[in-house]
Amino acid sequence: MSRVHDMGGRFGDGTVAPGEDAVFAAPWHGRALALTLAAGALGHWTIDASRHARESLSPRDYARFSYYEKWLAALADMLVARGIVTEDELQAGHAAEQSSLSERALMAGSVAGVLKSGSVYDRAGPAPALVVGARVRTRRPARNTMVEGGHTRLPGYAAGATGTVVRLHGTHVFPDSNAHGLGEAPEPLYAVAFEARELWGAAAEGDEVIVDLWQSYLEPA
Amino acid sequence: MPHDHDHPHSLLPPDPALRVKALETILTEKGLVDPAALDEIIDTYQNRIGPRNGARVVARMWCDPGFREEMLKDPMPRLREMGLYGRQGEHMVFVENTRDVHNVVVCTLCSCYPWPLLGIPPGWYKSDAYRARVVREPRKVLAEFGVDLPGETRVRVWDSTAEIRYLVVPQRPEGTDGMDEPDLAALVTRDSMVGTGLVPGPTP
Repeated sequence: MSRVHDMGGRFGDGTVAPGEDAVFAAPWHGRALALTLAAGALGHWTIDASRHARESLSPRDYARFSYYEKWLAALADMLVARGIVTEDELQAGHAAEQSSLSERALMAGSVAGVLKSGSVYDRAGPAPALVVGARVRTRRPARNTMVEGGHTRLPGYAAGATGTVVRLHGTHVFPDSNAHGLGEAPEPLYAVAFEARELWGAAAEGDEVIVDLWQSYLEPA
Repeated sequence: MPHDHDHPHSLLPPDPALRVKALETILTEKGLVDPAALDEIIDTYQNRIGPRNGARVVARMWCDPGFREEMLKDPMPRLREMGLYGRQGEHMVFVENTRDVHNVVVCTLCSCYPWPLLGIPPGWYKSDAYRARVVREPRKVLAEFGVDLPGETRVRVWDSTAEIRYLVVPQRPEGTDGMDEPDLAALVTRDSMVGTGLVPGPTP
């Protein structure tokens, strides 16, 4: 049911290395990020689809690839899946022909504007059915109910847990649908607080984990 | 040559630097990428957008109670005014540390981070160890950053699972009463705005 990226709570990863803090630890990291943003600007996939492409790497690749290698692999996979680049071109390392999408290419002069304008994810849509203070239980298991093995933003560690709505975020694009080209299907989005003890069995009294969750992940508890 | 049809990326060269180069070459030749645009994106995040943006906002919140209140309620109008709106910062929420509550931010599922205020996330934020552990044992992870919280301080970990981006407003350190906003901003560290650091007091 789960995918390899859903690692919250996992044991065995060792200590965190606070010293790893360069913006781009190697020149190709910056290039990989920039290439991903520039290709995204062609408009052929959503942020949800690109997350799903990274999550869909085989567990073996996900584990052995460094961060930006995951980005690159997902980018190559999406370019081929959308018919923008062919497998032969990937293998050759050169283009066989110009793309009909080339007029959409992000040019240097437009970069600042594109990065500054961002894209909002809240939408007109159903009003929230839950209020701050409502007790809720999350879906279990954490899964996409429309697409088998599909994208979802309910982490496995928070599945089947009972918590309290602490914030209403408005109505947002629903990643489980949008990642698969099934429409934005906006839903009310909430910040839900879980007692750490509810999630992990043992934790300091009063510690909490807060997770942003869409309405269809939740039912009244 | 391995040929996995589900995973065309395996057709690219194994060395990551060469893999980027190959992909950039293909996309440039197809007319889909302007290499100068890539340079511009890199320069933006390497040199222009980073934690100094967030530090400026935090220092202002410490100095201006009306501004602080607005930012805690809905920071977006003021962020737009200050030119701090943009990609990966479209829906900001500011969470404030107090003596009773310490906030920490993570993205367990990927690497969501408030780019316009903090820039590109550092390696540790994107690491498996941080993503896996900070939700389950935040106090141990914080100790690895040299942060030891009093037992009575509650820890609140925010897992950024949606397009909401969280910024921690750290506590203003003691001994800074007479300081102006720019001097205060200089004290505010990136880690303190993720929640993995505290703001150090001024060096005497």
